[in-house]
Amino acid sequence: MASRLPVRKTYKLYVGGAFPRSESGRTYEVQGANVARSSRKDVRDAVRAARGAFAKWSASTAYNRGQVLYRVAEMLEARTHDFAGVVGDEDEVNRSVDRVVWYAGWADKLAQVIGTSNPVAGPYFNFTVPEPTGVVGVVAPEQPALLGLVSRVVPPIVGGNAVVVLASESEPLAAIELAEVLATSDVPGGVVNILTGYKGETAPILAGHMDVNALDLAGADGGVDVAELEQLAANNVKRVVRGSSDGQSPWEVASFLELKTVWHPIGV
Amino acid sequence: MSELERKQDRAPVPADWTYAPAPESTDIVSLQDRYGLFVGGEWVEPASGEYFTTISPRDEEPLAGVAQAGREDVDRAVGAARDAFQNGWGKASAAERAKYLFRIARILQERSREFAVLESLNGGKPIKESRDVDLPLAAAHFFYYAGWADKLEYAFPNRTPKPIGVAGQIIPWNFPLLMLAWKVAPALAAGNTVVLKPAETTPLTALLFCDVLRQAELPAGVVNILTGDGRTGAEIVKHPGTDKIAFTGSTEVGKAIQRELAGTGKKLTLELGGKAANIIFDDAALDQAVEGIVNGIYFNQGHVCCAGSRLFVQESIYEQTIDKLKRRLTTLRVGDPLDKNTDVGAINSSMQLEKIAELVESGKEEGAEIYQPPCRLPEKGYWFVPTVFTNVAQSYRIAQEEIFGPVLSVLTFRTPDEAVEKANNTPYGLSAGVWTEKGSRILAMAQRLRAGVVWANTFNRFDPTSPFGGYKESGFGREGGLHGLEPYLKFDGETEEWGG
Repeated sequence: MASRLPVRKTYKLYVGGAFPRSESGRTYEVQGANVARSSRKDVRDAVRAARGAFAKWSASTAYNRGQVLYRVAEMLEARTHDFAGVVGDEDEVNRSVDRVVWYAGWADKLAQVIGTSNPVAGPYFNFTVPEPTGVVGVVAPEQPALLGLVSRVVPPIVGGNAVVVLASESEPLAAIELAEVLATSDVPGGVVNILTGYKGETAPILAGHMDVNALDLAGADGGVDVAELEQLAANNVKRVVRGSSDGQSPWEVASFLELKTVWHPIGV
Repeated sequence: MSELERKQDRAPVPADWTYAPAPESTDIVSLQDRYGLFVGGEWVEPASGEYFTTISPRDEEPLAGVAQAGREDVDRAVGAARDAFQNGWGKASAAERAKYLFRIARILQERSREFAVLESLNGGKPIKESRDVDLPLAAAHFFYYAGWADKLEYAFPNRTPKPIGVAGQIIPWNFPLLMLAWKVAPALAAGNTVVLKPAETTPLTALLFCDVLRQAELPAGVVNILTGDGRTGAEIVKHPGTDKIAFTGSTEVGKAIQRELAGTGKKLTLELGGKAANIIFDDAALDQAVEGIVNGIYFNQGHVCCAGSRLFVQESIYEQTIDKLKRRLTTLRVGDPLDKNTDVGAINSSMQLEKIAELVESGKEEGAEIYQPPCRLPEKGYWFVPTVFTNVAQSYRIAQEEIFGPVLSVLTFRTPDEAVEKANNTPYGLSAGVWTEKGSRILAMAQRLRAGVVWANTFNRFDPTSPFGGYKESGFGREGGLHGLEPYLKFDGETEEWGG
């Protein structure tokens, strides 16, 4: 009886700010743990949670969203050691923290870089502003498990969207650790929903869901049929993006923004 | 005689007071009997040898024979566009590209009346609209994007913008030349070459545009025009040599195109259908609002994707608004598109006329109350009387489906929240209108309406500098403005995206 027996963590889903098991009761063994294997119903529940959270998150001020994102970076930084244990690389954790901070600073600058004032040939005041697309489905990259996930999830939420993300199938633990960070850093429940399991099973449901507005297929490889997902996405004219697992630019955010143009006559 | 007329000692207005005919002459247009395809700067016969007849919807008279392009023709056109892209246009100095576009803009201005008359002949829209809206805007579009051609690095700092290659462009019949301008101008400014298919029923202004290209001495193959029906469009979409597809048309076809391109990595922009809400609050300037309602739905016979086809009136001013609207409808002049006094012209095709009639029938069957002003329609041609439906429930087909005709569905609301909820209750999200004198309410409504264009105290305004495009199932990507360049460019090292 040399050392103390450690207390293990149970890895579950992250939906609507809560940590439920899969309603299907299924798990699969990966990274030395039994991880929840999401079902069709879990995907639907997650989309519903995201839609529910969208109105308030998208209406929050850009300054507020920036602060919430910065708080995520603080929480991530504080758990550097935990994350390094999961992804095996402290450098990846550091880069992830820095990336969140970088995007946090974009929240209240996007409209100034992406929006325009339009000099129409008539007595009208006319401007174009970016607005979030709505619910974004993300198929997260398999690797790097944490940096890839952060690179794909943060751009849509800094722009005011709500997200349903299918975590890396082969390395899902970082995603659930990240869920714990989000749950403790003022991100409203439902803004980010994280599902683990088999992408081949869940991705088509997400891609065909009529209440998902955009789809990021960054991690759609391996057992996933990209053409099938893109066909399903056409059911409701989803915006489809093939995100880079290591991208960092405001245009990554712009992929999940709509542009609204408003006209008003000028007169006295 | 009215009290006022008696007091002012004015002559009474005769009851049968009508406008004398004011026809625009068609002499300015000279048509060939038959048109080939414009490929590599030359007119060529379609491989199939097949032609179809394009008519005027105002009298069903044939105007010209038009080629039906097939797979081989698409192949030739894409090849010509590829050659032009690789051997010149893509590498030509941007300042030279700009000057070609400026030339096109100028020539369109110079030949404006000719194009306007042909547009009304072939499409059925009133001459005052093709003359005062379509043509000036088409020329302005080329002029606007001409200026961008050599300034792209300022539009997209830190992004190394580059042309994509060959753009396949498919346009609708409601604004034939204007939609061509919306597609061709930004594509060329960005350095791409183009294969464009005009709509089956309105090919003539696109074919006349080839003569503008000749006058502008645009290098061969930079713009190729293929006429034909949906089969031609499908071949352009499928062709492995088109790097980007831009489509304006119905949501149904847009979805089919998105499915067809699944897995190909080809870039796509879609400008699809709409069912816009036009919302009138009780503090609106009502006479202006009524003009806005009329312009919103009867402009271009309602053949407008962003038409204000769902009218939401605040309950407290419902009666008043409907009375004024009906009165205004009796003054609309429906008839010959080439008459300078005509407000509402011909329906574009017999097919569209059937579709409108079918949906109007469904409205009556579902229980809505129909109003149509007394109206004498020409005997030949395709016509539909401007129509208002009241007593419409949200679930009725006329409140859900895009009619694309001069048919307005009127609904009511009590609170701003209810107006927003109802207005957004559609899969579409192209445009919306708000009428109120209260500034803060305008901004709040503009923010909450899920639509790509919001017109406040105005409707159906367009400008080359102003981005246009939809939310949700109304499509993705923007046309017009700085944002309209982006779908025609690629950027090194950035996330690949369909939405542009």
